[in-house]
Amino acid sequence: MDYIDYYKILGIDKNASEADIKKAYRKLARQYHPDLNPNNDEAKKKFQQINEANEVLSDPEKRKKYDQYGKDWAHAEAYENAKAQQQSRSYQSGQGASQFEGFGNDDYDFSDFFSSMFGGQSSGSRTKSRFRGQDINATSTLNLEEAYKTHQQVFSVNGKNIRITIPAGVENGQAIKLKGHGGEGINGGPAGDLYITFNIQNNTSFKRDGNDLYKDVELPLYKAVLGGEQIIDTLDGKVKLKIAPDTQSGTKVKLKGKGFPVYKEDGKFGDLFITYQIKIPTHLSDKEKELFSELSKLRPNG
Amino acid sequence: MDNQHLIPIHHICTHYHAEISFFNALQDYGLLEFTEREEDKYITEDQIKDIEQMIHLHYDLDINIEGIDAIRHLIYRINNMHEKITELKKRLSRYE
Repeated sequence: MDYIDYYKILGIDKNASEADIKKAYRKLARQYHPDLNPNNDEAKKKFQQINEANEVLSDPEKRKKYDQYGKDWAHAEAYENAKAQQQSRSYQSGQGASQFEGFGNDDYDFSDFFSSMFGGQSSGSRTKSRFRGQDINATSTLNLEEAYKTHQQVFSVNGKNIRITIPAGVENGQAIKLKGHGGEGINGGPAGDLYITFNIQNNTSFKRDGNDLYKDVELPLYKAVLGGEQIIDTLDGKVKLKIAPDTQSGTKVKLKGKGFPVYKEDGKFGDLFITYQIKIPTHLSDKEKELFSELSKLRPNG
Repeated sequence: MDNQHLIPIHHICTHYHAEISFFNALQDYGLLEFTEREEDKYITEDQIKDIEQMIHLHYDLDINIEGIDAIRHLIYRINNMHEKITELKKRLSRYE
């Protein structure tokens, strides 16, 4: 556990007045407040530090204690432990007096350093309490084959297991909202929501663009020249394709309805686009070389 | 609308220690819409998330109503841009 320099976090010196602290906090909070920085974890982390620094420095008692022990804060911990029994009673009554959790305490965890020195107590007096429960964000990693089929997953949220049906066709980065499955509301307020963001990993030979899939298929030279049949893999199983004679490298074929399922539209699928790559034989035997030479004589310019 | 999803505005004022004038000002700027029942003002559960955000901006960060209006407009644009970036990243991954 490291010492945290709260003055440095707020960019103020140790003699800063209450007004200076308030001004510095507001300026930084406006810059890093999560409401002003949607989807920015770095800003959220920074705001937590600013909030914690303000929590300590704007409270005269906490500031005095912090200043008194400074870098020797570990002694403060020992000192507090010695007094713990005596203090526990007053801490409890302090908690009981406040029926709302402080904004900072509600949304942002304090550091171990803070908890060690102040017992994780937030004054809660400065900031406004929440009414609606906290939204909870979770991430679920699926592979492409899992996202291809509607399936169920169990998530553990707030100690409860919730079984969720994940519809086929979910996109990478897509978030689904489960209303009321977030944190509980305070004082009769509604519960927050649970947002699950899907991180879809693709370890297949298919590339996905929305509901369409793309795949390169190697075609033996003779099959491309003479035509024939080729079996290819789709996410739905194998299909047999007819190869027309004179098929060129880069030829594209569209397999209608063999792409990815359309999210929440039962029975609807995107398309699969196959691009043929002609495979030139290597390590030819003498006999093969001889036959290719014969052929080349028939068509010197290819 | 189902009454159980309506929250009296005075309840919100009490909980957040906020003045009714703040909510009235939000309404004047088109940032909040009340549901009225027999001369009482209510908000719906769905509005609370937005209201909490505006309370934080005003009471924690000292931002006035005009500022809140501008910020919400910019956040809306940021969110749209995030969606667009996510969409473009997905399309780009096809070529990587």
